[in-house]
Amino acid sequence: MKLETLAALNAARRARRAALLVTSIADGTERLVDPAALATDPLAAHLDLALRTGKSALVEEGDAQYFISVQTPPLRILCVGAVHISQALVPMARQLGHDVIIVDPRTAFATPERFPDVPLYAEWPDAIIPELGIDRYTAVVLLTHDPKIDDPALHIALRSDSFYIGALGSRKTHAKRVERLEAAGFSAESIARIHAPIGLNIGAVSPAEIALSILGEITASLRLKPDGSRA
Amino acid sequence: MRANDEDILASAEEWRRAGRDVAIATVVETWGSAPRPVGSRLVIDGEGNFLGSVSGGCVEGAVVTEALDVIESGAAKLVSFGVADETAWQVGLSCGGRISVFVEKVA
Repeated sequence: MKLETLAALNAARRARRAALLVTSIADGTERLVDPAALATDPLAAHLDLALRTGKSALVEEGDAQYFISVQTPPLRILCVGAVHISQALVPMARQLGHDVIIVDPRTAFATPERFPDVPLYAEWPDAIIPELGIDRYTAVVLLTHDPKIDDPALHIALRSDSFYIGALGSRKTHAKRVERLEAAGFSAESIARIHAPIGLNIGAVSPAEIALSILGEITASLRLKPDGSRA
Repeated sequence: MRANDEDILASAEEWRRAGRDVAIATVVETWGSAPRPVGSRLVIDGEGNFLGSVSGGCVEGAVVTEALDVIESGAAKLVSFGVADETAWQVGLSCGGRISVFVEKVA
């Protein structure tokens, strides 16, 4: 591996950018592939799979063998709402290896006593989220139930590459949310990205069970292909 | 790759910039119950110091020896370890799995 390649991998990681490295097993020659421009690459299908699953793999193309090394940033869950469900969600998300950030402008909810050792922002979503950034390795989970707080976050999330957007609320609540989003100019395709009611249908009742159903849905969004088969 | 493996690449870069000879060994293929997944790395310097793991301890010694060869020759190589392999009886994987490791020099 060339020192420049190694430096580029390290720089990508520091900047929370994904990186793809293709190494020829026969002679050790290598190339970095821009994840945003892999469609035209001869190994496009393999590269896309590696990027989606985060799994490195040895692949064959003609007579040659190549190792695709994928480096993805840790997944991040941006939780809007410092509520009871979020308190249950934090330790579970950590077990899964995900980083969690909590945003809630209501200072009675967003307290360090309720959320020890978690990055906690007692600010309005539209003020802080652009600064925090939402990339394709960020899941956005809306839990306040309050359109004043959830909607501004949703607007930003729908314009981002986020791999998962979920919003708490009944079907009725979501129908009203859809009306507001349509009035704000969002397309049906864009609105369809929202998982609502949030979480897998496991009959969850307690905050911890709801957190589990949300994390299950996030895992499915990460690991399954759009047709539901294993990636 | 997660934090652990990532720190290893950061160390590889630091070592090389400090003028040390460095090789990187990467697990590129596994069969059966291999202890470390594809993509796991070991970074080795010219004096045999190493960081990371490719097998959780079973074959690191042999990989370090291969890495010193690669540092000397400059040519990358693919090495395999497993129960079916003659040398692996001495340094093999107790779990019965097999792994292929790609060893290359940082130039």
